[in-house]
Amino acid sequence: MTTVTAAATVVAGTATAEPVISVRDLWKIFGPGASRVVGSPDADLSRAELRRRTGCTAAVRRLSFDVARREVFVVMGLSGSGKSTLVRCLTRLVEPTAGQVLFEGEDVRGMDDRRLRELRRRKFAMVFQNFGLLPHRRVLDNVSYGLEIRGAGKPERYARAQEVIDLVGLQGYETAYPDQLSGGMQQRVGLARALAVDPDVLLFDEPFSALDPLIRRGMQDEVIRLHHEVGKTMLFITHDLSEALKLGDRILIMRDGELVQCGTPDQLVGAPADDYVRDFVRDVAKSHVLTLRWIVRRVTPQDALDGPELSPDVVIRDAVRQVIQAGRPVKVVENGALLGVVDSAGILGVIAAEPQGDPP
Amino acid sequence: MTVLVAAPGLRRPSRGVLVGAVLAAWLLLFVALRGQFTLSAGGPTVVPTWLQHLKDGADGQRNTSPLFLYGFNEIRVAIDPLFTNVQGFFLRLGWLGCTVLAAALGLVFAGWRMMLLALAGFLAFGVLGLFGESMDTLALTLTSVLIALVIGIPLGIVAGNSDRFQQVLTPVLDLMQILPTFAYLPLITLCFLIGPASAVIATVIYAAPPVIRLTSAGIRNVAPATTEASRSLGATRWQTVRHVQLPMAKRTIVLGINQTMMAALSMATITALIDAPGLGKTVLKALSREDVGAAFDAGLCIVILAVVLDRVTTAASQRAADIGRSGRATSVTARPAIALLALVAVVVAAQLPRLTARVSLLFPDGWVHPIRPAVNTASRWIELHLFSTTEAIKNGVTYRLINPLQTLLGDSPWWLLVLVVAALGYVLSGVRIALAAAGCLVGLPLLGLWPSGMITLASTLVGAVSAMVIGVVVGVWTGRNDLADRILRPFLDAGQTMPAFVYLIPGLALFGATRFTGIVAGVIYASPVVIKVVNEGIRDVSPSTIEAAVASGSTPWQVITKVQLPMARPHLLLAFNQGVIYVLAAVIVAGLVGGGGLGLDVINGFSQVSLAGTGLAAGIGIVLLGIMLDRITQGAGRRRAGSDVALGAH
Repeated sequence: MTTVTAAATVVAGTATAEPVISVRDLWKIFGPGASRVVGSPDADLSRAELRRRTGCTAAVRRLSFDVARREVFVVMGLSGSGKSTLVRCLTRLVEPTAGQVLFEGEDVRGMDDRRLRELRRRKFAMVFQNFGLLPHRRVLDNVSYGLEIRGAGKPERYARAQEVIDLVGLQGYETAYPDQLSGGMQQRVGLARALAVDPDVLLFDEPFSALDPLIRRGMQDEVIRLHHEVGKTMLFITHDLSEALKLGDRILIMRDGELVQCGTPDQLVGAPADDYVRDFVRDVAKSHVLTLRWIVRRVTPQDALDGPELSPDVVIRDAVRQVIQAGRPVKVVENGALLGVVDSAGILGVIAAEPQGDPP
Repeated sequence: MTVLVAAPGLRRPSRGVLVGAVLAAWLLLFVALRGQFTLSAGGPTVVPTWLQHLKDGADGQRNTSPLFLYGFNEIRVAIDPLFTNVQGFFLRLGWLGCTVLAAALGLVFAGWRMMLLALAGFLAFGVLGLFGESMDTLALTLTSVLIALVIGIPLGIVAGNSDRFQQVLTPVLDLMQILPTFAYLPLITLCFLIGPASAVIATVIYAAPPVIRLTSAGIRNVAPATTEASRSLGATRWQTVRHVQLPMAKRTIVLGINQTMMAALSMATITALIDAPGLGKTVLKALSREDVGAAFDAGLCIVILAVVLDRVTTAASQRAADIGRSGRATSVTARPAIALLALVAVVVAAQLPRLTARVSLLFPDGWVHPIRPAVNTASRWIELHLFSTTEAIKNGVTYRLINPLQTLLGDSPWWLLVLVVAALGYVLSGVRIALAAAGCLVGLPLLGLWPSGMITLASTLVGAVSAMVIGVVVGVWTGRNDLADRILRPFLDAGQTMPAFVYLIPGLALFGATRFTGIVAGVIYASPVVIKVVNEGIRDVSPSTIEAAVASGSTPWQVITKVQLPMARPHLLLAFNQGVIYVLAAVIVAGLVGGGGLGLDVINGFSQVSLAGTGLAAGIGIVLLGIMLDRITQGAGRRRAGSDVALGAH
């Protein structure tokens, strides 16, 4: 692993433990002679320019990142930013043009068909935007499909399928056909199908974009609950910033196939890398995302230091009441060390700067 | 040929004007050059003579050349018993066994209504006195369908998954489908002799394209998300095909099987020309004796067989889809019981003749009541009382339309005609189509078939234009009137599934054995397709456009001529293309009843050994004519669509 990290030119974000997925310098270019583009001067052209000159479209450009075990890693971007292509490159549903994809240190691009199939059957599972259910099969048979194709017997796969059907709350619908279910229920089937094979990594490709807002929120809560219960590594694609902030431990923002910024939600909101990200997060209620760490100030001689203590990782919104009730500066302490203080002026400054309107 | 070098920079005149200019130039040059360079003697006979040698050579080597010993003969020997076994199976079942089997299959797969239909249909075969012939045709059809499916479905699966293979396959299938059924019979008999094996092979060639096409289309229509989901779970290619693509494409594939079956029936009757047994042979014999009544009986059997096969397979596919969806427990448990009962009935019906002398394997003579005498009486009555009317119609069209057109085609210098075709092809579709079409036409004099080709061409053009007139009138009517559409549609659906053969019979009854009969048959044969395509074009026009036109005060006539017809233009062109191909097919078959032309050459090639070379050449000539007509008319539609896209981009 060390050689890889050393060789990597840009590693966005820092993964704490050994990464499950490691992507280095990944390229995906569609079009004639795509493999010749990478490494040539053309590679540095803008997307539109490249298309005009060579007829090729660069969907993913020079992308590098790591996903840590049990992490929820969100890739966010507008439509056409290449995020769906990226997630397909990970299991080679779309063949990458150049670069490296490592799964637990093993080179995915170097795998033969058999090994790749094993990877898809046991390690990864994917949930799709349009569900991709089999209309001619009952819910039970849809959920057990992944087990069926890897050769599990009927009693075994039905037992396992029943487990996950219960887990995602589809009890009683086992014998229904997909078109008899609502969109939200159908996506539960898609989710159950992915969970049934007990994968190490769950890939979500805009799974809730086709759902109504209310149902979407319910499904997001469902994903958070499942993450607590089964603790899988999740890679989540979305174009919805509030969804990204709600679910993501870390978020990678893509534009035109390139990485714009990668970091925790409060890093994106507190320190946008450029105008593009700033524009994106403008409408976010900062107090809901930023932690005290972002507003802590140095201790001055006037400060009375007999107030309560708080951790720097507390979200501002959750600290409002305590700080204002205290009537004096609140100490921010991390591992016994005093980082500084937070007072009501600081907190009100954040809230006052927020856009008026309903919070996300 | 000034049109070819239209001055650049000037705005190109509309295509209608250009076509008019080409035709006017042709007429002028015809007047000036009439009767010169006409090839009325048929032109060089090198190719037919060479083909005759080829045929003689093939006959000589049939038992010595390895190509025949280990190639064609092997195939023939493999297919013959396949057919004979199916035929023998029906024979052993006897009439009662066959009828009960058909009813049982109808009941189990398509419900009790279809059981009654099958029962009535099979009894009708017996009553008309043609039970054995009907079973022979059915055996030929089923054998061919079986082979077509065994070859066609795998090909369709591959084509559905591989763009490259699809690209290679599509033009081949196009060709297989536009070729009039007659065209490859001579070539097939060259390789496989006459008889059931050749009949099966010809039928397979004609009938396989629909199932290949629709299997591929069905697989291509499966949502990409679904196949991708399957891949993402690590399914192998075959697992994805078996568990995802085939089940989801099932309905489309069954539709393909249905179309293949109807095409097979249509071809199976025509293979009577190469000595295949069945109803076609009865029709053929009757036609040659001008025995309208006998032809009518056999034609009616073909119609009944077509209706039974079509309705039962359609209902079966519908029902299979319904059951698959509902997953109701009753249908699952009740069906084995019904199936068992049906099986017992079939076995009993098949064994009865062996148990009691009162039931015979053959349909009881006492029950046979053909309608032949009645039809012949009616036919004679028509001849006596309507003669003046039918004769007037026939002569009017023949003298006013067919003969002048044939004179124009036949008496023009042959190279002028080639130039006209090239110019039309260029104006309508561009350089490549022009060259292809002109190349096809040049082939006719090389084959020594110029006069026959011109007879066929004249009849086809007259028929296609007539079918188009009928098609536009009826198509616009049904396109604007839901009730008319609902009433007419079943008839059009049924009409489309009938073999071209059948339509000769009423034509013969009314007009006797002439070219005109062939054209009438062609018009009847082509009309359902033309009407349907025009109807679809009219219905495709968006309601809001029509509403806008009506709101601005258009009369219905204005809506039709200024909105619906112009917007349906791609469909009109497609309709004409289909009309030409269908009429050509029927006009060729009409060689049987005095239509003359290339069809007659083919038939003479079968009946007289010394004319086999000409027969082979005529087969090729039909192919060339078919491709020429198809390219010119189809190119027109395509070019139009292309220019619209280009305009939109500006």
